Amino acid sequence: MAIRRLFVANRGEIAVRIIRAARSLGIGTVQAYSEADRDMLAVRMADAAVCVGRPAARHSYLDGPRLVAAAKEAGCDAVHPGYGFLAENAAFAQAVEEAGLIFVGPTAETIRIMGDKAAARDAAIAAGVPVVPGSDGRVAGVEAALAAAEAIGYPVMIKAAAGGGGRGIRIAETPDELRRLAPQAQSEAQAAFGDGGLYLERVIVDARHIEVQVLGDGTRAVHAFERECSLQRRRQKVWEEAPAACLDEATRARLCASAVALAESVGYRGAGTLEYLYDEASGAFYFIEMNTRIQVEHPVTEMITGIDLVAAMIRIAGGEPLPVTQEQVRRTGHAIEVRINAEDPAAGFLPCPGTVVRLAVPEGPGLRFDGMIYEGYTVPPFYDSLLGKLIVHGATRAEAIDRLAGALERLEIAGLSTTIPLHKALAADPDIRAGKGHTRFLEAWLAGQPAFTPPSPTAAQR
Amino acid sequence: MPEIRSPLPGTFYRRPAPDQPPFKEVGDRVEPGDVIGLVEVMKSFSEIKADCAGTVLRFTVEDEEPVMAGVVLVELEG
Repeated sequence: MAIRRLFVANRGEIAVRIIRAARSLGIGTVQAYSEADRDMLAVRMADAAVCVGRPAARHSYLDGPRLVAAAKEAGCDAVHPGYGFLAENAAFAQAVEEAGLIFVGPTAETIRIMGDKAAARDAAIAAGVPVVPGSDGRVAGVEAALAAAEAIGYPVMIKAAAGGGGRGIRIAETPDELRRLAPQAQSEAQAAFGDGGLYLERVIVDARHIEVQVLGDGTRAVHAFERECSLQRRRQKVWEEAPAACLDEATRARLCASAVALAESVGYRGAGTLEYLYDEASGAFYFIEMNTRIQVEHPVTEMITGIDLVAAMIRIAGGEPLPVTQEQVRRTGHAIEVRINAEDPAAGFLPCPGTVVRLAVPEGPGLRFDGMIYEGYTVPPFYDSLLGKLIVHGATRAEAIDRLAGALERLEIAGLSTTIPLHKALAADPDIRAGKGHTRFLEAWLAGQPAFTPPSPTAAQR
Repeated sequence: MPEIRSPLPGTFYRRPAPDQPPFKEVGDRVEPGDVIGLVEVMKSFSEIKADCAGTVLRFTVEDEEPVMAGVVLVELEG
């Protein structure tokens, strides 16, 4: 059944993106907003908008029952969850479906399976997708750990089976180290979780974060090639590219085929992303997890393939089969996206809410800006700091970086601190140009840049 | 009357985590440097510390409520 009126259960730039896609399909939109988001761009763009509660997300964008009720009341027949908030919440997907509405995404069951790391790993193994080599469950004591490590290969990560929050984790480079560290990890795990069980996982040194975009209609799935998102700070992606320059064609073909196999094996519906670690030294890749939603960095895939992923997921949710065959998915050139956040990179990336007093967005061939801001808009302090994404496309990676550097010079967001200076420095960096960035690159690079040396932190952990 | 103000705009939390008791209750003694709450700005949490001593008379902002920079969070007496 075709969707006629779509409820946007998210905010910020992704809400704007969803409204644009719906509009291109002739679908009406109703935008949810919190009391702090009355002035946001998506509210102005949507056909209608409805206030769903107080500024704290727990009382608005995370209040599933309230969102479902608002969608029903507004006469919508479908709900798009965007990313973050309730996008990967199986109970929300189920509540939407039980209310007689379409959830623009996979089934609640798929979200549940892929949201559970162990279940997702099992699904990957069953589909023949390589996973990070590990001890396949707990190791009983030091001797068993040594035997398992011999099979896995050093260095190994010793993890608490009941773990979380990085506690009970040790890295052993040699059998002697493992003999010394395993008892420590065991007592730490026992103290922290009341369970001293350990398991081992191979450490992928200086891995690259590579992910594959898939689209499925519940039966068939296709891939739209891969993205590389290795440049991260505190596990937050900062700069994303498509394709991954470090892959050769044979590896790329195997990687993408494995993603399609896994997506088809779980009957995946909608847009999804399979994340992998890629070990450049050995050329091996390992599945780590699947994100069952549209991702922040989806535009780089759209730029190289010409596929409108958000429109495709809406059409699939409305009951259409896949809009493309695998043969029809072609790629040209290279795309880069940088995330423009309201943070001060010279002050330890201190969040910087405030008012946009001037905005100049560069335009031209191979340029795109997915944003949520306009002149006079006050960025609220209650949500994440993403203001928008600058996306460039060039015939080659070098051309894309040149285009990015030029576009960043012309992008002006005055009135608040942003991460534009960081991206200018990255675009000019020879190691970045040479494609040397692995997942630990950016934090080490920042530590060596006087311009981005943070003041002493006072941040609390919660 | 001594007051503790929020230096930042954001969401005010009286508890270190949702399942833990508040940092301070009405009637509690507060010394300079004591944490009385957290303010979350764009997903980063900052501790709000007392800069004076006293006893908590009242919280002028509820748990999980939005605050603007400069807003009074706590009134103390003595």
